[in-house]
Amino acid sequence: MTLLRELFDSLRNFVATVGAVALFFGRLLVQLPRALLRPRLVIEQIYNAGALSLVIIMTCGLFVGMVLGLQGYDLLQRFGSEDALGTGAALALIKELGPVVTALLFAGRAGTALASEIGLMRATDQLAALEMMAVDPVRRVVAPRFLGGLIAVPLLTMIFIAIGIFGVQLIGVQQLGVDAAAFWSQMRSSVDVDDVMEGLIKGFVFGTACSLIAVYEGYTAIPTPEGVGRATTRTVVISAVLTLLLDYMLTAVMLS
Amino acid sequence: MAPDQQTQHASPEPAAGAIIEIRDVHYSVGGRAIFSGLNLSIPRGRVTAIMGPSGTGKTTLLRLITGQIKPDRGQILFDGIDVSHLRPRELFALRRRMGMLFQNGALLTDLSVFENVAFPLREHTKLPEPLIRHIVLTKLQAVGLRGAAQLMPAELSGGMARRVALARAMATDPDVLIYDEPFTGLDPISMGMIVRLVRQMNRALGITSLVVSHDVEELGHLADMGFIIAGGKVAAQGTFSELRQTDSQIVNQFVNGLPDGPVPFHYPAPSYFEQLLA
Amino acid sequence: MRSTRAVELSTGLFVLLGFAALFFLVTQITNRELSINGNSYEVYAHFENIGSLKPGAAVSVAGVTIGRVESITFDQQIYKAVVRMRINSRYDKIPVDSDASIMTSGLLGGQYIGLTIGGAEEYLRDGDQIQFVQDALVLENLINQLVATFSRRGDEQGARPAEEDQ
Repeated sequence: MTLLRELFDSLRNFVATVGAVALFFGRLLVQLPRALLRPRLVIEQIYNAGALSLVIIMTCGLFVGMVLGLQGYDLLQRFGSEDALGTGAALALIKELGPVVTALLFAGRAGTALASEIGLMRATDQLAALEMMAVDPVRRVVAPRFLGGLIAVPLLTMIFIAIGIFGVQLIGVQQLGVDAAAFWSQMRSSVDVDDVMEGLIKGFVFGTACSLIAVYEGYTAIPTPEGVGRATTRTVVISAVLTLLLDYMLTAVMLS
Repeated sequence: MAPDQQTQHASPEPAAGAIIEIRDVHYSVGGRAIFSGLNLSIPRGRVTAIMGPSGTGKTTLLRLITGQIKPDRGQILFDGIDVSHLRPRELFALRRRMGMLFQNGALLTDLSVFENVAFPLREHTKLPEPLIRHIVLTKLQAVGLRGAAQLMPAELSGGMARRVALARAMATDPDVLIYDEPFTGLDPISMGMIVRLVRQMNRALGITSLVVSHDVEELGHLADMGFIIAGGKVAAQGTFSELRQTDSQIVNQFVNGLPDGPVPFHYPAPSYFEQLLA
Repeated sequence: MRSTRAVELSTGLFVLLGFAALFFLVTQITNRELSINGNSYEVYAHFENIGSLKPGAAVSVAGVTIGRVESITFDQQIYKAVVRMRINSRYDKIPVDSDASIMTSGLLGGQYIGLTIGGAEEYLRDGDQIQFVQDALVLENLINQLVATFSRRGDEQGARPAEEDQ
C-alpha cells in the first residue's frame, strides 16, 4: 500500500517536473527573439559554450576516430573488406558517435558550467536583483546562454566528426595500410548529404535538450552551495540520459 | 505567542503621507504561518526600520512589498497601487520606482563596477553614452568609489560591493530604497559609511528608506522610526525612544538583547531532568 | 574581464571552424555527383528481380557514377519492378540499346545499376525505357541452380552403374 503510494507520488513528481521544464521552455522561447536583439550577449555565450569546448571536442574526436580506425579495421579485415573502413567509420561518426559524444561532452564541460553559473547567480541574489531592476532574468541571463549552447553544439558536432574522420584515416590509411583511394572513394559513394543532415539535426536537438536542462537546473537550483552542487550533477545525469533517449527516438524516426 | 502582546495595529485608512501600506496580510509557507494579520505603513520621505528576531520573516516582508511573492490574504499598497494584483508588465513598471540593496550587494559578477551601475540605465533608457557615463560617475562619486569604476565585483570588499550596489540602486532615481540587512558582516568603518550614505540619500534627495535589520544599535542612529515584528504581527512601533520604553516583553527582550524571554534560550525539549534519568 | 576583442576573435574562429567542418563533410565525404539537383533526365527499366537495390543507389557507366535510382515500384500489369533512374544531363549520349544490369559492389557493398553501352546511334532521352536488362543475382537462386545442376549430374552418375548392372 505504502509502496504503491510512493510509486504514485514519484510518478506525479516526474510528470510535474516535465511540466515545469516545458513551461520554462515556453517562457524561454517567448524571450528568445528579444534576446537576439542583444547579439553581443549571445556571442559571449557562444564563446563560453563553443570556443572554450573546442580543445576537448577536438581531442576526443581524434581519439574516437582513431579507435574506430583500429576496431573497424579489425572487424572488416575478417571479411576481407578493409576498403569499407571509410564508409563504416564515417557513417558511424556522422550519424551516431559525433552527435552523441559531442552532446555528452558538452553537458559535462559547458552544461555544468552553465548550471553552476546560473545557480550561483540565484544564490547570490543576482537574479532577484535583476527582477528588482525590472529586468526579466530569463531574457537577460537564461536566453543568451541557452542560445549559445543551441548554436554551439551543432557546430561542435561537425568539428568532432571532421576530426574523427581524420583520426580514422590516420590509423586506417597511414598506419594499417588501407588503400587511400579506396578509403575515400568508398566513403564518398556511400555517404549522402542526407546523412550529414541527420547528424546536424541530431546536433541541434541534443544541443537544445542539453542547454535547456542546464539552464533549467541552474535557474531552479536551491540557493545554497549544496543546492548548486546538486544542480550541476543533475545536469550531467539528466542530459546524458535524455541525449541517449532522444538519440534512440530520432534514429527510429529517421530510419523509418 | 506572548499573552501580553499589545499589538498596535496601524489605522486601516491610508495614513497621510504613507508610501507603503500593508493591510491585514496573511502569508504562510508549507502550512507554517509567517504573517497573520500584519498591518503597517511606511511614511514617505523618512527612514523606517523594520526589526525582529531571526526567522520572523523580515526578508519575506520585503519580497511581499516588491511583489516577488504574493500574500495569501490582505493588501500591499505601494503609493496606492496594490502590488499583489499586478500583471508582470505593470509590476516591472512599478519596480522601477523602487531600488533594492541586497544583503551582499548582488552585483552582476560578469560586469565591471561601472557597467553594473550603468546596467539599469542601459536596460531601461536609450540615453546617449556620454550621459550614461556622466550619471554613473556621479553616482559612484556619491558613494566614494569613482576610482573603482573599472574593477570587477570579485575584487571588491563586502562594504565596497554594498556601496556599489547602492550606487546602482540609485542610478534610476527611485522613490523608495529598500535595504535588506545592510550591516551584516561589515566592519565598523564600512558600517559607518553605509549609515552615513543612507542618511545622505534620505536627507539630500528625499528618498524614502526602508531598512530591514536586527542591528538595533545601528538602526537607532539611522532610522526615524521603527517596527518590531514578532509572531507574525507588528509587536511594537514608534520612535526608538518609544520602543525602548514599551512594556511588551518580547520587544523588551529584543531591544535590550536579553538572552531569555518570550523567545526562549532553550529549543523546545522534554524535561532535562527526565531525559537524564531515562 | 576578458578583452572583448579576444572573445570575438576566438568565437569567430570557432564558428568558422564549425562551418568549415560542415562544408568539408558535405563536399568531401559525400558523393556530390550523386545528388542531382539541377539538369537531369529520367529513364526507366523493367526488371524481373531487383535483389536489394534501393532508391538512391548509383547508376554508373564504366564505373563512373552518372546518376542515381530515383524510385522503385512494382507494376501489377506486367508483374515487374519498375526502376526509375535520374541521370545527369551532362551524360546525354547514352545509346538507347544500352544494357542495364544490377550489380553488387564488393562483398559488403550495396547494389547499383551498371550500364553497358550499346551501339545504336540514337541516345536515351527523358522518359525513355532501357529495353535490355539483366536482373540482380540472387544468392538463393544461384545456389538452387547449382544444387539442381549437381543433383542432375549425381542422378546420371547414380543411374549409370545401375545400367551397367543390368
